[in-house]
Amino acid sequence: MTKIKSLADLRKLKDEVQSKIQLREKGDHPENLVHIKVSMATCGIASGAKETMNYLVEELDHQGIDAVVTQTGCMGYCYAEPTIEVLIPGKESVVYGFVDKVKAQEIIEKHIKLNELVDGIIPANYKTLED
Amino acid sequence: MTELSLHILDIAQNSIRAKSSLVEIYIRENPEKDCYKLKIKDNGIGMDEETLNKVTDPFFTSRSTRKVGLGIPMLKQNTEQCGGSFLIESTPGGGTTLVATFGYRHIDRPILGDIAGTMLILLANENDTDILYRHQTLQGEFNFDSREIKNILGGVPLVTKEIRQFLKSMILENLEQIQISE
Repeated sequence: MTKIKSLADLRKLKDEVQSKIQLREKGDHPENLVHIKVSMATCGIASGAKETMNYLVEELDHQGIDAVVTQTGCMGYCYAEPTIEVLIPGKESVVYGFVDKVKAQEIIEKHIKLNELVDGIIPANYKTLED
Repeated sequence: MTELSLHILDIAQNSIRAKSSLVEIYIRENPEKDCYKLKIKDNGIGMDEETLNKVTDPFFTSRSTRKVGLGIPMLKQNTEQCGGSFLIESTPGGGTTLVATFGYRHIDRPILGDIAGTMLILLANENDTDILYRHQTLQGEFNFDSREIKNILGGVPLVTKEIRQFLKSMILENLEQIQISE
């Protein structure tokens, strides 16, 4: 029978992780990382934002891409939930709508890795010529 | 929403938005009394009576991005469809407490669902709100306190891959001990 994980095990794990992080962290500031915000209010949750978020976290982990995935409130695009906002340092943020697992995969492969925009962008920061 | 964990995620986000420093989530299962009780208590800014009277209205929200709220009314509807009851209490500055009960054996009672995922998402909230989760069944109880976890972790971020995976399996294994499975 396997032992059930307890807080004591967490203490051990912490020491391991801590040394790893110290190795990695040099020059690795959060503001230089790709940041993905998943809209997670009632509308998002009901449309499956939780699955999308879990998928993004797992897939980025799996591929070893350093990125921060956080939750955010309702952005007002309830018709297009789940929505995510992708912020790449030094670039304008992009909001995508109807992000299921397939779309999330596409965004990781194309937008985050290759910097190509993918279909499904919501023109959130709409700008006119005068701006 | 078909899973209780989604409701919890949704309601606890209200607490986080209400500037709580601690959100307490209690689930008590009692098949003998045919009762499944969810209680969410926060120490946030609370609501005045006028607001409190409106929270179960689907078309009320404090957000400016949309005109419907729906989170609380959907939970209320769910409890009522399952032979349960719904209660919410709040005082300005005194936090908010919400109690939702379901008939334990009611066929429409939502399953708990991915509670570990809900906890991990809540733990990574931007306001650094602490989360306490206590789940009681006739077989025992499981306590999960983010203050304890943060204490042990020191400065190591909760969102680290290894820590996240550890916490997830810790929650699932412990819940299994008191016989809760997804």
